[in-house]
Amino acid sequence: MEFVQYHPTGLPFTGILITEAARAEGGWLLNKDGYRYLQDYDLGKPEPKPVLRSMELGPRDRLSQAFVKEQEKGRTLEGPYGHYVHLDLRHLGAGVIDTKLPFVRELCLKYQNIDPVKEMIPVRPVVHYMMGGVSTDIHGATPLPGLYAAGEAACVSINGANRLGSNSLTECLVFGARAGEAAAAFAAAQREPGPSVLAQADDEARRLEEKFRRKTGGHERIATLRAEMHETMEESAGIYRTGATLEKAAEKLQSLQERFGDLSLADHSYTFNTELTAALELSYMLDVAEAIVQSALRRRESRGSHQRTDFPARDDTEFLTHSLAYRGADGRPRIDYLPVTITRWPPGKRVYGR
Amino acid sequence: MQPAVTLRVTRYRPEQESEPTFATYEVPFRKDWVILDALNYIKDTLDGSLSFRWSCRMGVCGSCGMKVNGSPKLTCASFLSDALPGPIRVEPLDYFPVVRDLVVDMSDFMRKLKKVKPWIIRHDERPLAEGEYLQTPDQLDAYKQFSMCINCMLCYSACPIYGLEPSFIGPAAIALAQRYNMDSRDEGAPERLEILSEHDGIWQCTFVGECTKVCPKHVDPAGAIQQYKLTGAIHWLKSLLLPRGAR
Repeated sequence: MEFVQYHPTGLPFTGILITEAARAEGGWLLNKDGYRYLQDYDLGKPEPKPVLRSMELGPRDRLSQAFVKEQEKGRTLEGPYGHYVHLDLRHLGAGVIDTKLPFVRELCLKYQNIDPVKEMIPVRPVVHYMMGGVSTDIHGATPLPGLYAAGEAACVSINGANRLGSNSLTECLVFGARAGEAAAAFAAAQREPGPSVLAQADDEARRLEEKFRRKTGGHERIATLRAEMHETMEESAGIYRTGATLEKAAEKLQSLQERFGDLSLADHSYTFNTELTAALELSYMLDVAEAIVQSALRRRESRGSHQRTDFPARDDTEFLTHSLAYRGADGRPRIDYLPVTITRWPPGKRVYGR
Repeated sequence: MQPAVTLRVTRYRPEQESEPTFATYEVPFRKDWVILDALNYIKDTLDGSLSFRWSCRMGVCGSCGMKVNGSPKLTCASFLSDALPGPIRVEPLDYFPVVRDLVVDMSDFMRKLKKVKPWIIRHDERPLAEGEYLQTPDQLDAYKQFSMCINCMLCYSACPIYGLEPSFIGPAAIALAQRYNMDSRDEGAPERLEILSEHDGIWQCTFVGECTKVCPKHVDPAGAIQQYKLTGAIHWLKSLLLPRGAR
C-alpha cells in the first residue's frame, strides 16, 4: 500500500488532470522564471520537439519529484491553492490544440476559466493511482474465499512499485472480466448462506444502526477529520517521505481514529443517506491511510513511487518484497511480507534523457 | 467581510415530509467555485443531511445534474458567478420521481436505454485471432459525437414531450441508439428499428430542440432524432413499395 502514484500535471484547486498527451504533443513545463526546469533533474536536455523518455516525457514520478525540488528552491509560483508551475501549450497553436487536445481546452475553459491557446495552465502534482490494493491472484480471488477484487481496488501486481499510464485499462478490462467470471463461478457453486453467515450480517447491520444511523451526540465533523487526514498524508507520506514524517503521520492518524468515535451525525434517514456513506468511507480511508503509513515506515529504502530521503537507495536484499497489511487485534495494521517473484524484468537502474 | 451568496435548495425527506420544501443556506462566494462546491460546503459545514449525487467533478460521470435557477445543468460545470445575484435556486431535475432532496430516480431511463440495445451487434463475431475491427477516422466521425453522452439526464429534464408523455423513449436513448447504428462495426440497426419506430419512439418528438441546447457534451440528440426520422421514413416507404425480402 506504500506505493502511491502522483500525476505531475493536475489543476491546483480541482485536482482535474491535464493529460500526458498535452506534453506528448510538445507542451513545456516552466517554473516561475519561464525556464524548462526539468533539464536540471537528469531528465535530458531541452529540445524544441518532444523526445521520448526525455524532459517533459519523463516518467510521472520523476516529474513529480522534480516539482518538489523546484519548490524547495523557491522557483515555483504560489496561488490560493498552494504552489504550482506552468504547463505551456501556447506554441502549439489553436489548430493542434483543437484537433489533438480538445478535451484539455474544454477542461481548462470550463473548470479553470483559462484558454490554453492564449494562457499557460497552472499545474501541480496530484495523487493519482494506488499501485497497492486488495491482494488477489490472477483470477481476482483474494485469500478470503468468496471475496474477489479487480481494478484499482485490487493488487494483482501487474504494477510493482510504480506504474505506466493506461495500465489501469488492462486491470479493468482483463482482470475485471476474469474476476467477474471467477466470482460468478464461485457463487454458482455455493449453497444458501448458513445461520452463522446470517448472524454475522445481523451483527454488522446492528453495528451500522448503533454506531452510525441512530447515533446522537458527538462533536466531530466528517469533513474536518477528512481534511486533516488529507493534509497529514500529503505532508508526511507524499512524494518524499522520511521515518520522522511517517512516525508523525502514524500518531496523527491514531488520534483521528479516536476522534472518529466522537463523530456527530445529523442524518438518521434510511433513504439515500449520503452522510452515512461519507462516514463509512472516511472510516475505510483512515484504515487505508494507516496501512500506507505503516508499510512505508517499515520499508527503509527507496523504490519506484516510494521515496525515502533518509534511505535513498534501493535495497533488493532486504526489500524485494510485497508488504501485506492485516487488521491487527487492536484494530491497527499488522505488516507482513511476501517475496516478489521476478519473471522477465528484474529491477534495474532507471535512466532518462540519455 | 467575505462576500456570500444565498442558495435556496430543495429538501425532501420522504420519511418526514409529504411535499418538497426549500431550505436557505448562506455560503461564501468564491469566483472559482461551481454550484457543486457550494453544495459540498453546505454538506461539510452547515447541514450534513443534505443529499445529492456527484462523483468526478469534471463533467465525465454525469451524476450531478440538477436544476439551477430553473435550467437543467451539470452543477460541477456551472460557476456560482454565472448564477448571481442570488438567491440561487437548486432543485432536482424535472420529470423524474424525487427519491430525496436533490436525488432523482433514473430507473425509467435505465429501462429505456436497455431497450435500444446500446452495444455493438454482429451477425457473426470474428475470432480473436483475426484481430480488431478497424475503422477509418471518417467512420469514427460518423458516430463520435453521439458517443460522448454521459447519461446525465439533462436532456430528459429539458424535454417538454417527455414531461407530457413519460412513455417517450427520449433524447439520450435515441442518440445512443444512433451512436451504434452509425458505427461501421455494428449490424444491429434492424433490431433497433422496431423500438425506435413504434409510437413511443422517435415520432413523438416535435423537434423542440431543448435537449441539444442543454447537453453539456454537445451530443445533439435533436439532430440524432431528425437523422433517424429519415431512416424510419425510408424504411416505412420501402415496406410499402418493396416485396419483403428486398427491404
